[in-house]
Amino acid sequence: MDKLKLVEQSLVVDDIPEFTAGDTVNVHYRVREGEKERIQQYEGVVISERGSGPNKTFTVRKMSGSIGVERIFPLNSPFIAKIDVKRRGKVRRSKLFYLRELRGKAARIQEKGDKTKK
Amino acid sequence: MRGLVGKKIGMTSVFDEIGRSIPVTVVEVPAAVITQIKTEETDGYNAVQVSSFDRKEKNVSKAVNGHFAKAGASTKAVVREFRDFIPEGLTIGDELKAEDVFSVGDIIDVAGTSKGRGFSGVIRRHNFSGVGDETHGQHNRLRAPGSIGGASDPARVFKGMRMAGQYGSERIKVKNLSIAKILPESSLVLVTGSIPGPKGSYVEILNKTSES
Repeated sequence: MDKLKLVEQSLVVDDIPEFTAGDTVNVHYRVREGEKERIQQYEGVVISERGSGPNKTFTVRKMSGSIGVERIFPLNSPFIAKIDVKRRGKVRRSKLFYLRELRGKAARIQEKGDKTKK
Repeated sequence: MRGLVGKKIGMTSVFDEIGRSIPVTVVEVPAAVITQIKTEETDGYNAVQVSSFDRKEKNVSKAVNGHFAKAGASTKAVVREFRDFIPEGLTIGDELKAEDVFSVGDIIDVAGTSKGRGFSGVIRRHNFSGVGDETHGQHNRLRAPGSIGGASDPARVFKGMRMAGQYGSERIKVKNLSIAKILPESSLVLVTGSIPGPKGSYVEILNKTSES
């Protein structure tokens, strides 16, 4: 089993910033359009992380107009150019699927360290 | 065919050059010692016998230990022969490493002993779908094989009728896999897809890409 871990370590991209559920991130994703490659930014709240090692993925939810959009990214995908952590959210669970039911003011997440009540 | 013996470690996934996630099996392929070279003249066919994975000397008979001593090798656990494998410039006692025999992208077959499933019913063993409903008064035919043939004509069950029995623990060769990655410093090879057997079992990796 140790040898499997050894391999997995070598497959993990190591310059990814730490973030977890509740954080707001901006994912710079490489998009191939025919021959050209450009970077697409996708910003939203991380609502879920799953898996471990090279198989780890995370789900980012954002509101596009009035429609909720969720996108699942493989954390170690070579298509991810950069991940910016915009905001650290204070949440009490690791999966924030309850946000799907909430809109507007109710769907806000308190920032970590922010003592003022929302 | 060129090949080496490895030990199944487990599965993970890697991203290929166009960003697809590829499932891979990690196989430990330590350096193997050539313990015998068979030739057309002496043995009737060409083959290379390689031995790998250390084993305690006391667990092997003196005759076999003598065979290893002849090649100047320590006692090994697995001895396998690869036919029509002509190791150019190599003699008995030389070592073959994974990177000598395989390179990334090579098409390979992997043979090993599949996981033992014991005496299994037809649903597990032959992918039958069972008989009848779970409800509507039906009570004990759910995983049954159904009819196994006619009645007074032919008055027998045909040979080869698929029934329950021993499943698994047999030699399986998975064909047309490929080498995804080689890690020479830890003597590990990443093979695309799944391979037979439980973790820790020995497998033969055969390189089908013609000699380079």
